[in-house]
Amino acid sequence: MKFASEFRDPKAARALLAAIARRAEQIGASREKPVHIMEICGGHTHSIFRYGLDKLVHEGVEFIHGPGCPVCVLPRARIDESIQIARRPGVIFTTFGDAMRVPGRSQSLLQARAAGADIRMVYSPLDALALARKYPERDVVFFGLGFETTTPSTALAIQQAAREGLGNFSVFCNHITVPEPIHALLKDPHMVLDGFIGPGHVSMVIGVHPYDFIARDFQKPLVVAGFEPTDLLQSVLIVLDQIAEGRAEVENQYARVVPEEGNPVSLAAIADVYERRPSFEWRGLGEIDASGLRIRPKYAAFDAEEKFGIGYAVARNPAPEPEGCACGAVMTGRVKPTACPHFGKGCTPEMPLGALMVSSEGACAAYWQYGGARVAAE
Amino acid sequence: MCLGIPGRIIAMTDPARMMAMAEVSGVRREVNIACVAEGPPEGLIGRWVLIHVGFAMSLIDEDEAARTLAALHELGEAQEALEQMAEADREMAR
Ligand code: SF4
Repeated sequence: MKFASEFRDPKAARALLAAIARRAEQIGASREKPVHIMEICGGHTHSIFRYGLDKLVHEGVEFIHGPGCPVCVLPRARIDESIQIARRPGVIFTTFGDAMRVPGRSQSLLQARAAGADIRMVYSPLDALALARKYPERDVVFFGLGFETTTPSTALAIQQAAREGLGNFSVFCNHITVPEPIHALLKDPHMVLDGFIGPGHVSMVIGVHPYDFIARDFQKPLVVAGFEPTDLLQSVLIVLDQIAEGRAEVENQYARVVPEEGNPVSLAAIADVYERRPSFEWRGLGEIDASGLRIRPKYAAFDAEEKFGIGYAVARNPAPEPEGCACGAVMTGRVKPTACPHFGKGCTPEMPLGALMVSSEGACAAYWQYGGARVAAE
Repeated sequence: MCLGIPGRIIAMTDPARMMAMAEVSGVRREVNIACVAEGPPEGLIGRWVLIHVGFAMSLIDEDEAARTLAALHELGEAQEALEQMAEADREMAR
């Protein structure tokens, strides 16, 4: 059996799977009437597919893959806007490699680069800062994206630029937050979620309390989890335990990395540099109240939207999703990727149509990479 | 981008800017340590940290570092992070 060699601790994994099966039976979960558990974070989605956890757990447990892959939820209009900035004369546009292949309305950043824009892949916003120091006559823009895990890095980079008076550095801010889309999902009357696996590295920054409303107001369990397979299985078991005992609490399975109160230095930097936007657009989910961050007016000189008069700084031009694309329905757990008419046909990791196909953290790419291609061919 | 990679702080490079040299799977990379600095920055030398996009975000112990690294290798994320670092170095030199 493939299983034994795949896990570094197969005995522990087996014991957890058996305990999950017992609990699932006990609460009457079955293939027909499964318990729906959403893993919010794209890193967890990747791990679940990599180890085949969705197949190994009792059939009464169904994973719903949440919106926690930041490049997957970037709307087409934001890609278009980033390309508009990158095409300006004198601009060096810097980005994480993950964002290069996300399709915009007519181009991706990769295609815009091939067409002549100076777009560079960096590992860190610190690389963008170094480029700004190296080329004082150029405008270096960093494509700031990601959840709370990466938000502190751009906040600290902007603070550093302000200290140095680096007037040629700015950030095109697309940072988004985890709790707000979960709130939006929970308010959806068609939602069938029974519990959540909470993100590990996001929680390392924000702590566990921002999720309290999920237990308190919606009576759903949430367990913050590490991304090793045994972490995930243990967290599924804790969710089932809570359901069996009629509890709904926020628990922290990943306490070895996640402090209850988060990381104070990161939180202070975020609060100093960013404020909430009234709303922000998510690919497939639409505008969600208070789900995005923008740069505070005191740092306006480092805000690419203000500097170049683009995006939410001016009237926006939202781009509709491609015809027939099921990204939104996949992200809210209403359909599986394989139900999308484009899956494996017009949309593959090599030529993504929707953003869920771009990153290994996206549900469609994960389905494709780990057996989905087989499913599509059937 | 979302999963951090463990590295070990080996030297301070620019304490005023909170910058230190870290070793990540045999590769050296300058990282920011503002989020993990508790006392004098020199105290971090030899410590393991979880690094996200060039920022040390959390102190971890050696055992956790080893487990995390193994898991990242299995997911292909460690290789990806190291490639991104190398790619960035090429872009910087352009
Ligand atoms: S297959 Fe492509 S278009 Fe369809 S839902 Fe997935 S990413 Fe979107």
